[in-house]
Amino acid sequence: MCLAIPVLIKSIKNKEAEVEIGGITRRISLWLTPEARVGDYALVHTGYAINILNQEEAEETLRLFEEIAKAEEKS
Amino acid sequence: MKFITEFRRSELAEGLVSQIHRESKTPVRFMEFCGGHTVTIFRYGIRQVLPKTIEMVSGPGCPVCVTANADLDKAIALSQTLEVIIATFGDMIKVPGSRSSLQKEKANGAEIRIVYSTMDALQIAEDNPDKSVIFLGVGFETTAPTIAASILQAEERGIKNYYILSMHKLCPPVIRALLDSGEVKLHGLICPGHVSTIIGSHPWEFIARDYGIPCVVSGFEPLDILQCVDMLVAQIEKGESKVEIAYRRGVRPEGNREALKLIEQVFEPYPTEWRGIGEVPNSGLRLRKEYKSFDAELAFDINPRPTYEPKDCICGDILRGVKTPADCKLFSKACTPEYPVGPCMVSSEGSCSAYYLYGGNFGG
Amino acid sequence: MEDKILLAHGSGGRLAHELVEKSFVKALANPLLAKFDDSAVMDFSGKLAFTTDSYVVSPIFFPGGDIGRLAICGTVNDLAMSGAKSLYLSLSFIIEEGLPQDELNKIVDSVQKTAQEAGVEIVTGDTKVVNRGSADKLFINTAGIGIIPEGVLVSGSKASPGDKVILSGTIGDHGIAVLSQREGLSFSTQLESDCAPLGVLVAKMVKASPAIHCLRDPTRGGLATTLNELAKQSKVSIRIEEEKIPVQEEVLAACELLGFDPLYVANEGKLVAIVPAKDADKILKAMRENHYGTGAAIIGEVKAEHPGRVVMKTCLGASRIVDMLVGDLLPRIC
Repeated sequence: MCLAIPVLIKSIKNKEAEVEIGGITRRISLWLTPEARVGDYALVHTGYAINILNQEEAEETLRLFEEIAKAEEKS
Repeated sequence: MKFITEFRRSELAEGLVSQIHRESKTPVRFMEFCGGHTVTIFRYGIRQVLPKTIEMVSGPGCPVCVTANADLDKAIALSQTLEVIIATFGDMIKVPGSRSSLQKEKANGAEIRIVYSTMDALQIAEDNPDKSVIFLGVGFETTAPTIAASILQAEERGIKNYYILSMHKLCPPVIRALLDSGEVKLHGLICPGHVSTIIGSHPWEFIARDYGIPCVVSGFEPLDILQCVDMLVAQIEKGESKVEIAYRRGVRPEGNREALKLIEQVFEPYPTEWRGIGEVPNSGLRLRKEYKSFDAELAFDINPRPTYEPKDCICGDILRGVKTPADCKLFSKACTPEYPVGPCMVSSEGSCSAYYLYGGNFGG
Repeated sequence: MEDKILLAHGSGGRLAHELVEKSFVKALANPLLAKFDDSAVMDFSGKLAFTTDSYVVSPIFFPGGDIGRLAICGTVNDLAMSGAKSLYLSLSFIIEEGLPQDELNKIVDSVQKTAQEAGVEIVTGDTKVVNRGSADKLFINTAGIGIIPEGVLVSGSKASPGDKVILSGTIGDHGIAVLSQREGLSFSTQLESDCAPLGVLVAKMVKASPAIHCLRDPTRGGLATTLNELAKQSKVSIRIEEEKIPVQEEVLAACELLGFDPLYVANEGKLVAIVPAKDADKILKAMRENHYGTGAAIIGEVKAEHPGRVVMKTCLGASRIVDMLVGDLLPRIC
């Protein structure tokens, strides 16, 4: 359970944000993530941001995958 | 799409699959608890690319599938009430209750609206002040705080015709019940991703500590599942059992404190019935006294008539991982997505639906 | 003229005649329609294709089109899927009492422009007006006649093992564009419906190679349902590759948001062609030279094993079944 997708926060007003993903925009609620800032990526579930996505961790994870792919290619 | 497409790259998947094949020596059975993980696994054919040492079984993490027939009957009875608008997530529409479904009631003239968010349900309440809008609260810890927030927003905006039928459930208690039943021997657990976004990774520690089962919290893209399996295999081969987070971009060990606060403020746990599993202590959420004015069960006189369970339906066994859809004599004969008998076939996350739509172990 | 359509407009009396003359005949001007006979009478020789359809889309105006354009494109495309060149259409309107006159005028205008683009004439029609609540603003019914050129034999049962499967462009555009207007699922997008008449595209394809085996437009139920229909009719299996299927990023994003699979989302300006492997490149080239086929791509091939099934190779290299759409596409949260 829990379809949540990463969206970019474009603007914030009161406890709501205008977000964008792949060219689609929608208004969502920040009630669960008061720390959200414009420019953050948020994970959105049923119209609410449930988390601010950690971009460094995302990049780190992809780097890890790339290392594994290289190592497996060699062996 | 950023943070989605990168986690579907086939060349990176090859590397992870190759590593898993190289490292996995011990035969194991892993369970993915969450229905969203079940969908990813079937949609991308993950079972096919894993080595024969790894057997995968799906768990009861489909909140629609585990909604008790009696609760569904309540929702259907409410939909038949005059001046009521039922607002619901799309997942619930086709699930058969004892006698009917929300979809059938809609065809009979009941006002049932599919919404993407409780924000939409609140808007419907504001736009229809002479009707009562009842939102069907289904879901785990990911969804519960959003319903809590909607209640507080209704308070703030003075919306007096908004109600919740709370059928929310909590994951850790049912996993404990499953493990205690000893029905399925598990060697690893793929922990739900977005439930963990809310509750963090600490609530899963009892699984590693008390049952010696490795746990890894996974994301929902195919590379996430492969990484999770890779980390479970690593623990198994090292003889470890601990809780790790693979989904580090989406989960912090402490979870989302604000969301947890909202759940705590609006809801309280109580024992509730899980379809196919029975009553599990402290596994449901109901509205606290202070928010009783939003409770649909108190505001409306619901008389849903006796509950009937469909004969020969083994959804319960499938939900507990004891049987697979292929074991069910109704599967794809009397029970199909067009004419579902049980919820596992209706819900887009149910095991039976995934088996049917994506071909089960086709090609594997 | 009244500013809203009334029941009287459908009664056959003076108001009805006024509506037909001023709104329909004037806009759709052609000699057969202007005769005002009860039937249109035409001469033919050759193999005829004949189709009928009803259009009940809501909302009746959506990004990139409206129910009028949809009606013409849908009918022309049905005929084109038999390899036919569309000639004549009938057009029936069932109007809900209270529909604003200027909305009707816009629809008729759209019908006229689309008919002109497609090179068809609307030669006969009918108008009815029903009580409020008995029709969702406007329903349109059409029938269409076309001629099939010599030597062309297109049928859903002709797919053969070894054939290539060609898709004319991106999938999911129409369904998502319409959904974006639906209450309760509100999101903003630049996406427009791909609603388009494909008669000329098909003519070019047939000219490049008359040996095309199957043609079908993946409307309701999406690409997945259409491929399943063809697989069953031809008693073959169709293998497609996920990475070869063109999808716009916005469609992918909306599908992610709502929990849809683009394979099941409706299209109104695309076609699937199943062609002998040796002709595939020729046909593809001809498609890409046409305005509505620039994004055409080979997405798979026909096999003999597992007849009636559609199998997709995922980005992980694994295979999974693609079934038909069951019921309605419903947004999911899980």
